[in-house]
Amino acid sequence: MKDVKAKILENEKISADYYKMTLDAPGLARSAAPGQFVQVRCGDGLDPLLRRPFSIHRISGTGDRLSCIEILYELVGKGTEILSRKQKGTCIDVLGPLGNGFILPLSAKRYPLSAILVAGGVGVAPLVFLAEELARKKIKAVALIGARTKKSVLCDKDFKDTGVEVHIATDDGSRGYKGFVSGLLQKVLRTTNHESRKTVYACGPQPMLKRIAGICREKRLECQVSLEEEMACGFGACMGCAVKVKDQAGYKLACKDGPVFNAAEIAW
Amino acid sequence: MGISIGKIKLKNPVMAASGTFGYAKEFEGLVDLKKLGAIVTKTITIKPRPGNPMPRVCETASGMLNAIGLQNEGVEDFIEEKLPYLSKIGVPIIVSISGDSIKEFCGLAKRLDKEKGVAGIELNISCPNIKRQGLIAQDKNATYELAKKVREKTSKTLITKLSPNVTDIVEIAKAACKAGTDAVSLVNTFLGMAIDIETGKPRLANITGGLSGPAIKPIALRMVWEVARNIKKPVIGMGGIMTADDAIEFLLAGAKAVQVGTANFIEPGVCEKIIKGVEKWKKTR
Repeated sequence: MKDVKAKILENEKISADYYKMTLDAPGLARSAAPGQFVQVRCGDGLDPLLRRPFSIHRISGTGDRLSCIEILYELVGKGTEILSRKQKGTCIDVLGPLGNGFILPLSAKRYPLSAILVAGGVGVAPLVFLAEELARKKIKAVALIGARTKKSVLCDKDFKDTGVEVHIATDDGSRGYKGFVSGLLQKVLRTTNHESRKTVYACGPQPMLKRIAGICREKRLECQVSLEEEMACGFGACMGCAVKVKDQAGYKLACKDGPVFNAAEIAW
Repeated sequence: MGISIGKIKLKNPVMAASGTFGYAKEFEGLVDLKKLGAIVTKTITIKPRPGNPMPRVCETASGMLNAIGLQNEGVEDFIEEKLPYLSKIGVPIIVSISGDSIKEFCGLAKRLDKEKGVAGIELNISCPNIKRQGLIAQDKNATYELAKKVREKTSKTLITKLSPNVTDIVEIAKAACKAGTDAVSLVNTFLGMAIDIETGKPRLANITGGLSGPAIKPIALRMVWEVARNIKKPVIGMGGIMTADDAIEFLLAGAKAVQVGTANFIEPGVCEKIIKGVEKWKKTR
């Protein structure tokens, strides 16, 4: 975990309310794992005061040198609005990599494994990094992308580029399956083969994750979810981002114990 | 730069405030811990406390509200799991304690009194997020009684942390001093709230929470000034300190030392910067 000043290499609008920022941060890029996040100080002044957490969307660089981290963000408020106006070449404070990421299957050699990646909205961000890591490990993956309309479908091309099969669900049916991505998951599970052991990796709004967790429990599939909670620090000091878990009276922290949890562990 | 608070010798007047610095290990590698004047640890209670439901924090204009609810693992876990690390840092460790009764405060003080790694105790009688009829720090008699009883249980340096949610903070500070506290620290957070206008619901599950950050600085500074000119014991000032200049304002208002709180969340290395700035300022005076 490091607090660095990172130079903005790209800050492009990729669709209506979504932006992608590429940051030159070799130290972070080298140590980051899929599912981890960074805390970004969006403004220079006192308002907005707190940093904003963003999943690490991708690690990139030229040649063999992985020196950049990318974040994918949606314009939702004061912080992201300021971020969207940041100019290429300027620097911002980035703290990371934070938290515990997805647990990847160790090896696909002994028995067939596959992954189902389920994304809701901007929750797709960490799953692209995960897809790239799975591809490196030669683990087959399918991505289910949920969005409000066809205009807000994100990253389908990124998944395809890593050899991942893509299915799309839109709330209004303007592209792909009509309905929630959880409905699409049920449909995919009905038609899929049962030759491999599957793990579901999901990131998106809390109600969606709850539904995905329910489906996986029913189908006896391992499910890992990446949770988002309001947080101040991102590294376990403020204790703001509590997550209620089943096996103990108390809470775990989304920032330090998560943001990725086994879905069976959460008291939904 | 060195100062003393009770029996504690600090190499500089900048401490990390309770509840914003965990048990220091969280900040390892992000700040040079041995440079700090002192560390005040996250409040502990006799028994573990799960804390409040979510959401527990929300941002407001130049500030933040929190209602964590004193989540902690209890005193025994603190002594076994956290204190060994803290004692090795090499800076005075001040342990913030809270309880539901005088008995609990006394029990904690007695237990910590045996621990060599503990330099001092800060009485958190001012956390606004626990369910109780008013805070101890809102009543001068209750403050006096508590501080006096705890004083009898410990020979460690005793600091009483005051609430700004009062009409006259000076009379509470005086009561704490009369009871034998070695210093007072102020201010804890201001009781506040925020509402999400889309859902019509409060933005904290606890409905109300404690406001901290730069938004409270002018009021905190005024209170520190009022207390410092009316008591003889050292005042530790805090409330929205983000920079060395902010810390210097508190020192000029009469504080002998300062605590840095919310700023640690935003810039984990901020205490080091503030120490440097205060050092520079002291040299030019």
